[in-house]
Amino acid sequence: MSQGERMIPCSDAVRQLWEYLDQALSPEDQAKVEQHLAFCRRCCGELEFAKELRTFLASNDVEEIPPDVRKRLERFVDGL
Amino acid sequence: MAEEVRTVERASKEAFERLAREHLPRLYSVARRLTDEGAEDLVQECLLRAYRAFGSLSAPEAGGAWMQAILVNAFRDRLRKESRAVKEVAVEEVDEFSLYRTIAEEDPFPYSDSLHVDFLRAFGKEDVRAVLKRLPDIYRAPLVLRYMQGFATKEIARMLDAPLGTILARLHRGRKLFERELWAYASETGLLEKEVAP
Repeated sequence: MSQGERMIPCSDAVRQLWEYLDQALSPEDQAKVEQHLAFCRRCCGELEFAKELRTFLASNDVEEIPPDVRKRLERFVDGL
Repeated sequence: MAEEVRTVERASKEAFERLAREHLPRLYSVARRLTDEGAEDLVQECLLRAYRAFGSLSAPEAGGAWMQAILVNAFRDRLRKESRAVKEVAVEEVDEFSLYRTIAEEDPFPYSDSLHVDFLRAFGKEDVRAVLKRLPDIYRAPLVLRYMQGFATKEIARMLDAPLGTILARLHRGRKLFERELWAYASETGLLEKEVAP
């Protein structure tokens, strides 16, 4: 980013944080968010929380299959 | 000759059964996350489709991912039948909400040094499922597939047969809705009061 370019406001940075973590932004937008984060402590807090939320979602991915459902589905497979 | 064909068919059926049994827990888990109602039906539909297409599976080691893709396809077809009535949420409606700010402002754990982490720790698996259930299917599915199952956004677009831009937009709204509903659920069910009780 050129030195003369203005920093994006917090609202823009926060709106793009997950895309930033996903590296789904264009290189220019990625750099703008990065530049904002280098200066804004509050948005760094938002960034850390976005990371926590991603970990929270990933850690809630598995749901146990109840034994009766498993039996029914196994019988379904046998009957195919 | 007929006996040989029968032997091959039997071996193929047994191979399918092994694959299906091995992956049943994962398939059910994904189905439960995608849809609260009818997860078992969705797995059955997936098994039926997978059985019919089993001959096209060239790499057995990819069988798990292959079956998950079939499950998502079956879910997508179900969604398509129902989604005409689903209204997209306006981005302005959800963009204003920040869970991070709300937690900081409402300060549900006054003595906590890690307020935001403690907020998330208050949620059990059942609570997370209840929150996800509050989201319309079109937003929940990309969220589950991206952040719980780890699929890439391009892969999700292919599986749900939607343009990448649509998936990215729905992911954005889905995340915001999820944040908003986490707070709403915690407030409505008294989840945070339980946490602060001595």
